[in-house]
Amino acid sequence: MSDVGIWTHDGFEMVVGLEVHVELATNTKLFSGAPNRFGDDPNTNIDPVSLGLPGALPVLNRQAVELAMRIGLALNCTVQSCTFARKNYFYPDMPKAYQISQYDRPLNIDGHLEIADGIVIGIERAHLEEDTGKSTHIGGSGRIHGSEGSMIDFNRAGVPLVEIVSRPDIRSPEQARQYVNELRAILVEIGASDARMEEGSMRVDANVSVRRPGEEFGTRCEIKNVNSVRSLGRAIDYEARRQIAMISDGEAIRQETRHWDEGDGRTHTLRTKEDADDYRYFPDPDLVPLDPGNEWIESVRANLPMLPAARRTRLAEMTGQSAAAEAIATIVERRQDDYVIAVAEIAGGADRVLIHVKEAFSEQGSEPTVPAADLAALVAMEVAGELTSTQTKTLLGDLVDQGGGDPAAMAAARGFEAMDTSELDGFVDAAIAADPDAWAKFCAGDGKAMGALVGHVMKASRGQADGKAVTAMLNARKG
Amino acid sequence: MLNRPQGTTSGSLKSVSEQLDRRAVERVAKLARLELTGEELDEATTRLAGMLAHFADIDALNLDDVEPMTQPYELVNVMRDDAPLDTLDHDEVLAAAPDASDGRFGVPPILGLEL
Amino acid sequence: MSGFQNARSIVEAVSTGATSAVDVLSEHLARIDEREAEVHAFNLVLREEALQAAQQIDDRIAAGEVVGPLAGVPIALKDNLCTRGIPTTCSSKILDGWRPPYDATVVSRLANSGAVFVGKTNLDEFAMGSSTENSAFGPTRNPLDTSRVPGGSSGGSAAAVAAGFAAMSLGSDTGGSIRQPAALCGLVGVKPTYGAVSRLGLIAFASSLDQIGPFTHDVADAALLLESIAGHDPGDSTSIPQPFPSLSESLTRGVDGMRIGRIVDLPAGADAEVVASVDRAFDVLASAGAEIVDVSIPAFTYGLTAYYLIAPAEASSNLARYDGVRFGSRVEAPDTNSMYMATRGEGFGPEVKRRIMLGTYALSAGYYDAYYGKALKVRRLMAEDFAKVYQSVDALITPASPSVAFPFGSKTSDPLAMYLCDTYTIPSNLIGHPAMSVPFGSGEQDLPIGVQVLAPEMGEPTMFAVAAELERAAGGSHV
Repeated sequence: MSDVGIWTHDGFEMVVGLEVHVELATNTKLFSGAPNRFGDDPNTNIDPVSLGLPGALPVLNRQAVELAMRIGLALNCTVQSCTFARKNYFYPDMPKAYQISQYDRPLNIDGHLEIADGIVIGIERAHLEEDTGKSTHIGGSGRIHGSEGSMIDFNRAGVPLVEIVSRPDIRSPEQARQYVNELRAILVEIGASDARMEEGSMRVDANVSVRRPGEEFGTRCEIKNVNSVRSLGRAIDYEARRQIAMISDGEAIRQETRHWDEGDGRTHTLRTKEDADDYRYFPDPDLVPLDPGNEWIESVRANLPMLPAARRTRLAEMTGQSAAAEAIATIVERRQDDYVIAVAEIAGGADRVLIHVKEAFSEQGSEPTVPAADLAALVAMEVAGELTSTQTKTLLGDLVDQGGGDPAAMAAARGFEAMDTSELDGFVDAAIAADPDAWAKFCAGDGKAMGALVGHVMKASRGQADGKAVTAMLNARKG
Repeated sequence: MLNRPQGTTSGSLKSVSEQLDRRAVERVAKLARLELTGEELDEATTRLAGMLAHFADIDALNLDDVEPMTQPYELVNVMRDDAPLDTLDHDEVLAAAPDASDGRFGVPPILGLEL
Repeated sequence: MSGFQNARSIVEAVSTGATSAVDVLSEHLARIDEREAEVHAFNLVLREEALQAAQQIDDRIAAGEVVGPLAGVPIALKDNLCTRGIPTTCSSKILDGWRPPYDATVVSRLANSGAVFVGKTNLDEFAMGSSTENSAFGPTRNPLDTSRVPGGSSGGSAAAVAAGFAAMSLGSDTGGSIRQPAALCGLVGVKPTYGAVSRLGLIAFASSLDQIGPFTHDVADAALLLESIAGHDPGDSTSIPQPFPSLSESLTRGVDGMRIGRIVDLPAGADAEVVASVDRAFDVLASAGAEIVDVSIPAFTYGLTAYYLIAPAEASSNLARYDGVRFGSRVEAPDTNSMYMATRGEGFGPEVKRRIMLGTYALSAGYYDAYYGKALKVRRLMAEDFAKVYQSVDALITPASPSVAFPFGSKTSDPLAMYLCDTYTIPSNLIGHPAMSVPFGSGEQDLPIGVQVLAPEMGEPTMFAVAAELERAAGGSHV
């Protein structure tokens, strides 16, 4: 049983809200035509806007708005008319010394995301903003402190981001992980982002506080530098325990930004609230308001693909499994559910198809190389008892290796001909003769003894006999 | 002559005529990343206070129900297609930088950036 | 002073081969050689580049090509307009040595129209000032009386045309920076409707107020130059997506049947000789068939306050990008924050620092509503007041500047006194309406007086008709 809903420590619970930044999968930047491309040589995807050169002006990317709307609608948000604001602060990787973001009128508000066990996490807002450049610190083992200087690459500056801010509804590390995993699955499904935490196209900050259940929210700390879903769970677990220990020692929690250190598994003070910057938000006079309007909103909504949760339900219903089953989750995560359904619709055996695809197609993408009809033919032979499960597995491997093929022909090539009853009778007779003890025990009702007899048959038939048929035959002989 | 009702500034709003002290001015200079000498700070304090006092004329207006106007010509939904445009010449841009190497812009250690 | 009375006659002579673009340019360069040391209109004279451009135009004309509506016209550009590969300084040390990697939209449009750029003109640093005394490279002198200022911030552009260094020039107007120097130098100066001329490549002072516009010897030249630079630019989100109206018919239309407003509650402060000129302007218009209507604009008087909160607030953000990282000058320091402080402390002059301080304060936490927020509301009142007035009149007349050109140093000790120069020009910037100054009469020492014509949004045709009428009555340009 998962610990989805429960995390308590010394009578305290944790209260967590997540701020997730995702880079949008556009061709160009949010406010200019420079390419939005990861991994290019430093400072090659730059133009006057990305560099914040004097006289440069931003023009909003329509596709970025469309993707941001997809995110909002997939998260059940209200999409509204909105404005862009400047968030003013100095940092070398922030070219204009202000970030164009959304402040009092964000694009998407008031949504929610459901994780396991029907737990609903509220989404406060999901707004558009531009990314910063990247600083590399020289010397001082690559960290800010003790470095000899920093080098800046502005390729990422101006890449469109959506910042998704959850409400403080998360109560356990497992819920946080599930929230991020589900969010990532949605983002990938709707084509908004590749959402890779390792590459930084998805970045998660956590606001953590603790309280005794039923009390007011405690003072929160913001945790930065969490670079994987696993670290996220560790970081908020550590941070909640740290805060509980402080409160238990009679100390007050200071509102501050803390840095997660993967190495020592702790969070460290980055800056306190007292020295928080004053961002001087104001409406960006270089940009005009954005009012998507019903027509655009409804067309985006209508074109949304089926989301992971719905895909899991559909697949579960078709295969007779629980929506929470591991195989269901795996197949949907790999986005192979359409394929599974296509195969099952040809020849039935949805449960078998599910298992085969899960086991044998882990290296394949959402569109496996094996034609659905070929896999359907194989499953049909298996269901009809023409192949043993071992034979099926072998042929499944052949299908994957060869990118498809006629399973009947492949079975013939491997000599997997279904045995006729007289041949099988012969093997069973021989098995009884070879192991009379086992036969006697089996007849006396010792079910375990059947294994020995079946083993003889399998050995003699070099694995070609159908186990089920042999069992049936032994039971029939016993009378 | 003024033909609008004379409003009073609501309690949450700071009066425009509020006086500035030198410490506040110092904080603003830091926020704006301007190194000012002691003399410049004194001058700025006097000058800013004088200007703000002069600007107190708008305190007389009742603006409660007035919608702020951020742009003079009110347009909406100005967008471009997601098509790549020319980028700048990498070498030309880096040559214009005060400090650059290995294709990147250089800065001294990043410290004390928080106000 | 010139063999040509105006730019139109240059275009005519060059296009028909009556003279060459090189000869026209040489004539202007000769006057630069003669008087530039005294006037200091330019930060940079583009002698070689201009000769090359002029030669090219002559070659093209010789080859039978149609060069464009500004063929061979020597034009000066305010040094806050980006010119590719050519130093662009905003008359600030902080941009010393910077060569933009791109051209402003207006620069490309003029080049395509056959213009020849003679130089980059001096301005108050970052266009902040009304006398051009705030330039880091020394003041510009008024060619009509070199003991006096040319006005500002576009003082260099005004002086260049008044001295015959260029046939026309471009300036920028954020609170009167074209109209006031035009008035002080006896020229026609136009601030177009906000959004009529692209700001792309104009180094921003206050983005919601800045507009580029012409300085010319007469109204018809102003129409010619404005038509060449106006029109939608997809690179500027605030550019009006409509064709700019033709102005040619306006020049001969007259004012018969027009209703022209006299603002009864206009703030006091204009010199008696200026008031007298404006009164005479009303008389002239009335005798030309216009009806003069008394109107009230109560918010007019609050323009100065709204402007001096909004403009510095936007400027504080726009000028944050001068941080010594990507371009321009840097003062070395042991860490990035000290580098920012030193670079900006040394790179900006006193007036720029003053306005950055004021703007930063107006936007800072706890003060936004009291200052910036309030100013935006006053701006709305202003727009509403004007909208009401334009229901009953077609245009308004006011002084452009409260006084004729004033002596150097007479207002530098008191920034507020300098700010009052903008009293009559500011409202048009706040609400985005067009306004222009046209020479009409003279005052002490025979110095020119400018009358300002105001019209509603995209009301340039009406505005030019009124200006042309005043020009006819005044007997042509004041030279």
